[in-house]
Amino acid sequence: MRGTLSDRTGAALLMAPLLLFLILAYAWPFLGVVKWSFTLPTPGLGQYHALLTDELVQSVFIRTLRIAAIVTVVSVTAAYAITVVWVRGSPVQRVLAEFCILVPFWISVLTRAFGWVALLSNRGLVNTWLQSIGFISEPLTLVRNEFGVIVGMSHFLIPFAVFPLASAMRSLDERVLLAARGLGSSRMRTFWTVFVPMTRSGIIGSALITFVFSLGFFVTPAILGGGRSVMIAELIYLRIFQSPDWGLGAAISVVLVVFVGALMALLFRYVKPKQLV
Amino acid sequence: MQQPGRAAEIKANGIGKSFGSFRALDNLTLDIGRGEFLTLLGPSGSGKTTFLMILAGFVQPSEGRLFSDGVDITNRPAEQRAAGMVFQGYALFPHMSVEQNIAFPLKVRKKSAAEIKSRVGEMIERVGLKGHEKKLPAQLSGGQQQRVALARALVFEPGVLLLDEPFSALDKSLRGQMQAEMKRLHQETGTTFVFVTHDQSEALALSSRVAIFNHGKLLQVGKPDEVYDRPANRFVAEFLGEINMLPVKGVRPADNGATGLCEDRAVNMRCKAEAIKGDAILAIRPEDMSIAPEASANQNGIAATAVASTYLGAATKLDLTTRQGARVTVSVPNEVAAAALSKGNSVWLTWPAEKGFLLPDGGQ
Ligand SMILES: Nc1ncnc2c1ncn2[C@@H]1O[C@H](COP(=O)(O)OP(=O)(O)OP(=O)(O)O)[C@@H](O)[C@H]1O
Ligand SMILES: [Mg+2]
Repeated sequence: MRGTLSDRTGAALLMAPLLLFLILAYAWPFLGVVKWSFTLPTPGLGQYHALLTDELVQSVFIRTLRIAAIVTVVSVTAAYAITVVWVRGSPVQRVLAEFCILVPFWISVLTRAFGWVALLSNRGLVNTWLQSIGFISEPLTLVRNEFGVIVGMSHFLIPFAVFPLASAMRSLDERVLLAARGLGSSRMRTFWTVFVPMTRSGIIGSALITFVFSLGFFVTPAILGGGRSVMIAELIYLRIFQSPDWGLGAAISVVLVVFVGALMALLFRYVKPKQLV
Repeated sequence: MQQPGRAAEIKANGIGKSFGSFRALDNLTLDIGRGEFLTLLGPSGSGKTTFLMILAGFVQPSEGRLFSDGVDITNRPAEQRAAGMVFQGYALFPHMSVEQNIAFPLKVRKKSAAEIKSRVGEMIERVGLKGHEKKLPAQLSGGQQQRVALARALVFEPGVLLLDEPFSALDKSLRGQMQAEMKRLHQETGTTFVFVTHDQSEALALSSRVAIFNHGKLLQVGKPDEVYDRPANRFVAEFLGEINMLPVKGVRPADNGATGLCEDRAVNMRCKAEAIKGDAILAIRPEDMSIAPEASANQNGIAATAVASTYLGAATKLDLTTRQGARVTVSVPNEVAAAALSKGNSVWLTWPAEKGFLLPDGGQ
């Protein structure tokens, strides 16, 4: 008991500088943002009232939630397939899957966004190829719209969605799957009725992480959305840096942080932090 | 519920299994009779689980063929073999209630909702889980989880039930209770049971036959009393319980069995000496030896010195050393042990001729 206590004190001491840094770099400035939201341009709840009535703000909020939801479904589904191969595939498949998961981490988000533009634009690889095989006559609009944003964001988030799933799949008792097959269940049926439900905590963790990350995306939607599908982070940026509307920008930020905080609380109720890495 | 005729008859013919260069099972040939209760007994790593996995279809044998009711099932996938299996650690579906766990094999077989309901209800009653239908496995005690696993494996009336050390996680009294219940389920269902354990008393108490494994080899198969009283070799003799080993010299056939010299005294054995001649080992169970007041010419016996005693309640275990230095253990009534120790420790050990059996000299 004594050992764990002093271990904990030691860990706390080691963590202290980090905590101090986080407070100075994020919490303190954020308090300033909270203050602006109640004081600019005039003291009161005016900005929060505007937030509830401003149609532009509301449409951006709804779009953000919609995109985050779609990106979550796409990312978790793709990550699930990759993780199954990574955790349960043959040795060669495992190496390939691991490569697919790790490579995106080595390329910056900016590079990746421009990469997708090159692939998906009107004269990009995808459109030229589809035209050359005569599948389409006019180029498809794949970028500078919501579709492009969803593709780019999912691509970025899939590796993050993999880890909670991998941890759930690794802790699964192999014998339970054998038991299902021994009782007469086909591989397909065993996958859907036993394997997937048993990795439920991983799916929830993975979905919450993806969703929370999606809400704060800035670079990817700014580049791949081409100003036509503005998301909440970009809206905050526009309000604060390109118009004198600091109060409204601050109020949007506060709502976003509170919302994300609530989701994080939910996340930690379902998954232990160590399952996320 | 089940007609004994539906129980499967299994033949394993020259089954072998290698993991890389490691031989987990070697040339195993074994017939498992319809409706029998066969126990696979052996030390850890002897290949019991591997053989069970081959029977279930989860592991493919490297050589040999497997037949069920005369049909070759060697290449049949597990899901088509319809063998019930109870895993070590139970392997229940953690996200399903007791009821759903037991209904699973019936749902897979696309039985009607009404049939599922009645058969699951019947099974729950039979294994004594009434009132626990809606609980998840994590909310059950070890013994209750065990019952769910048994019910789930029996509800679809499999031709054979495979059990891999199902009681190893239970405490002793619960273990005894579950053993009795399993014996009852075997009688009621008439299904062929193949049961794995490394507890020899459990094996002897439950089975109609016992198969003893060591290092991937099947050493002996037989009824419990056969293997206990007439083990084929030294390993089996020692594995099934405590046993005394005395060297005998000059073994030769005699009237009614064999004769030889043990500690320079002539001893008689009832077993045949054809296979064993010359020097051998005479094996006698501790409970078959007794202490006599003095030597008697027409009875097997040797002199020994008592060195220690252990009081066991109903009897006393006496450790002795013979003149030539062999260690012997006997189990005798308490007052006999007390008398032996008080008489200057020198005693006379005897045993009936039919209780001693010969094993080849020098091990296996
Ligand atoms: N998949 C595998 N790969 C390599 N070796 C294996 C594999 N499965 C089993 N073995 C080896 O085969 C041998 C027999 O194993 P098995 O599990 O059948 O033993 P067991 O008799 O069931 O032992 P226990 O009583 O400890 O359960 C062991 O030495 C084990 O290490
Ligand atoms: Mg085993």
